[in-house]
Amino acid sequence: MNVEIKTEKIAPGFVLRLKGDVDMNTSTDVRNAMTEIFKQSAPGMKALLVDLSQVRYMDSSGIATLVEVMQNCMKKGARLRLVELSPPVRDVFELARLASVFEIFLTMDDALAGL
Amino acid sequence: MNETVTLAVPSHPKYLYVIRSALYPVVCGAGFTKKDARRIVLAVDEACSNIIKYSYEGDYSQKIGLSISVETGKIVVALNDTGKKPDVSKISPRKLDEIRPGGLGTHFMNEVFDSVTYDTSRDTGTVLTLVKSK
Repeated sequence: MNVEIKTEKIAPGFVLRLKGDVDMNTSTDVRNAMTEIFKQSAPGMKALLVDLSQVRYMDSSGIATLVEVMQNCMKKGARLRLVELSPPVRDVFELARLASVFEIFLTMDDALAGL
Repeated sequence: MNETVTLAVPSHPKYLYVIRSALYPVVCGAGFTKKDARRIVLAVDEACSNIIKYSYEGDYSQKIGLSISVETGKIVVALNDTGKKPDVSKISPRKLDEIRPGGLGTHFMNEVFDSVTYDTSRDTGTVLTLVKSK
């Protein structure tokens, strides 16, 4: 199974939309897409929003990728905001007890507020 | 009535979805909730990832065997490999307050399943047995 990755430039930074399975086989693709965003980003990037509504499956390698991205965002002074976690993504966040570590939003409008 | 589904897949990450796709309907059919089924699938998937990473040390040309047994009131998943045996005394989940990538798979297995047993008594490889009661 593949993951489909769409990147969109927005005023405060970037939106990354993931669709499909983020697992040991595909998390490298997600990591590469994130790396590309950081290369393209201007110094003033305020936020990276990741839409997870269409993610059918995520494993610990997906979580690891998001932790790395969060750490990179912090170095750049940008916010990482996770949006619309699908039920399988919520499951893995609950099990990893990481829900309080990330900024998580129910809708894209909510995530964009205040940026 | 006890029923068993068996499956063997190459030890390549691209086949993990085959295991997930086979496991989910069997677990749901055994009467587990969808949420429990998703968590069971996740934990088994993590176990398979660990087999690829640690038992086979990234060799994608090997084989992972899976047996799913639906028994009265519980499900038993057995994973077997022919790779490097783990030092069972050193397998432990990492502390969750360490916010860092990696090391969550063992935690997921222990959190989701009632029992996690490694059998390294065969000449080669390991049988990992995961049991979950309803």
